[in-house]
Amino acid sequence: MFQYTGYILAGVGGTVAITVAAFAIGALLGVPLAVASRSGHRLVRWPAISVIEVLRSVPNLVWLFLVFFGLPEVGIRLGPWATAILTLGVTSSAYLAEIYRGGFSGLGQGQWLASKALGLTTWDRGRHVLAPQLARVVSPTMATYAISLLKESALASTIGVVELTFRGGLVSQRTGDGLTTFVVVGVVYLLLSLPLAYTSRRVDSRLRAKFSVG
Amino acid sequence: MDGFLSDLQVLGPGLGTALQLAGLSLALAYVLGLVLALLVDARHQIVRIAALVVIEVGRGLPLLVILYLIYRGLPQAGLYLDPMPAAVVGFTWSIGAYASEIMRSSLNAVPPGQREAAAALGLAPRSAYRDVLLPQAARIAVPPLMNLAIKAFQLTSLAYTITLSEVMQAAYLRGSVTFEYLRTFVAAAVLYAAVAIVASLLVRRFERRLNRHV
Repeated sequence: MFQYTGYILAGVGGTVAITVAAFAIGALLGVPLAVASRSGHRLVRWPAISVIEVLRSVPNLVWLFLVFFGLPEVGIRLGPWATAILTLGVTSSAYLAEIYRGGFSGLGQGQWLASKALGLTTWDRGRHVLAPQLARVVSPTMATYAISLLKESALASTIGVVELTFRGGLVSQRTGDGLTTFVVVGVVYLLLSLPLAYTSRRVDSRLRAKFSVG
Repeated sequence: MDGFLSDLQVLGPGLGTALQLAGLSLALAYVLGLVLALLVDARHQIVRIAALVVIEVGRGLPLLVILYLIYRGLPQAGLYLDPMPAAVVGFTWSIGAYASEIMRSSLNAVPPGQREAAAALGLAPRSAYRDVLLPQAARIAVPPLMNLAIKAFQLTSLAYTITLSEVMQAAYLRGSVTFEYLRTFVAAAVLYAAVAIVASLLVRRFERRLNRHV
């Protein structure tokens, strides 16, 4: 079985690529979604909240199948890779929007009102006052989410994306040794999540050191 | 519309299986979580480390890989499990690891003054745990544990990959007969979302009731 370790390891690139690309899409799309979900206008707020709730209430596997097997019926044909990246990216935007929202409410109204009192424009308040503070507050939670997205990317194997888990499945069929194969695959996932966990813990403790005044 | 309704009907039994899987593994996972949470503080280092490994591996591996490990890997060691028992074991491990983390952090979230006050009142450590710390920790732990239950229900879709006849398998089979994958997967999505949204509304209500007396 171990002669196939190289073949399995070649799947790391795919797993990381899906995770990074989906995370980037989610982090970007999550911003307008989070802002809209806190809007003062009901017509903006309600659709945004509904989108977030629906995206989070349907399991990712269902979204993947819906896009991969369902959408071709209406003429939208995406390959396995594109389906995995776009679908996981869009569903991530809902989870990340919730993380941003949590960060907003954690900051409190004071910062927003104080910057308004100073006469900053809305754009400047967002860019120079809110965003830098928000980034610090939400980055540990975002790192935690990145780890769960890494694991979530294994779902891509079910629609034929040749990443880590898919390669593990092939090797286990070829060798008949599912136990060793998936232990190897599992160890690779653990190793992949270690750097992310380490970074999140470090950022977290640095933030705590900075803010634990009171 | 008729097709959609009959799709929902076809998926019904799958929903039953999914709820069964979620319910059974949650009951076991909460017990496992509590045991693990207590073992992590055990006196013996070996017990402590063993508990930590079970937790970290359970949280660190994609559930898909855990399921493959049990369903395709264990036969290698002479242990054949049917899809349902295999899914229950995998889910219990994964969900139990998350549950133990929630329980542990809830116990740590009880203000330290409570422990000190219990000691100052002369309560025995056992009584301090049972009458002061655990009730307060339980209050903190219940809402996230309920959210974990919703997550567990959504994850049942993954049991499709080890041939359990839950919602996704029913949907896929149905689609391969009618060739209306889009409609059928939308029906599946509606089922999952309905359960998840209703359940999370209930959790939110329960949370408000819990906090009423605080």
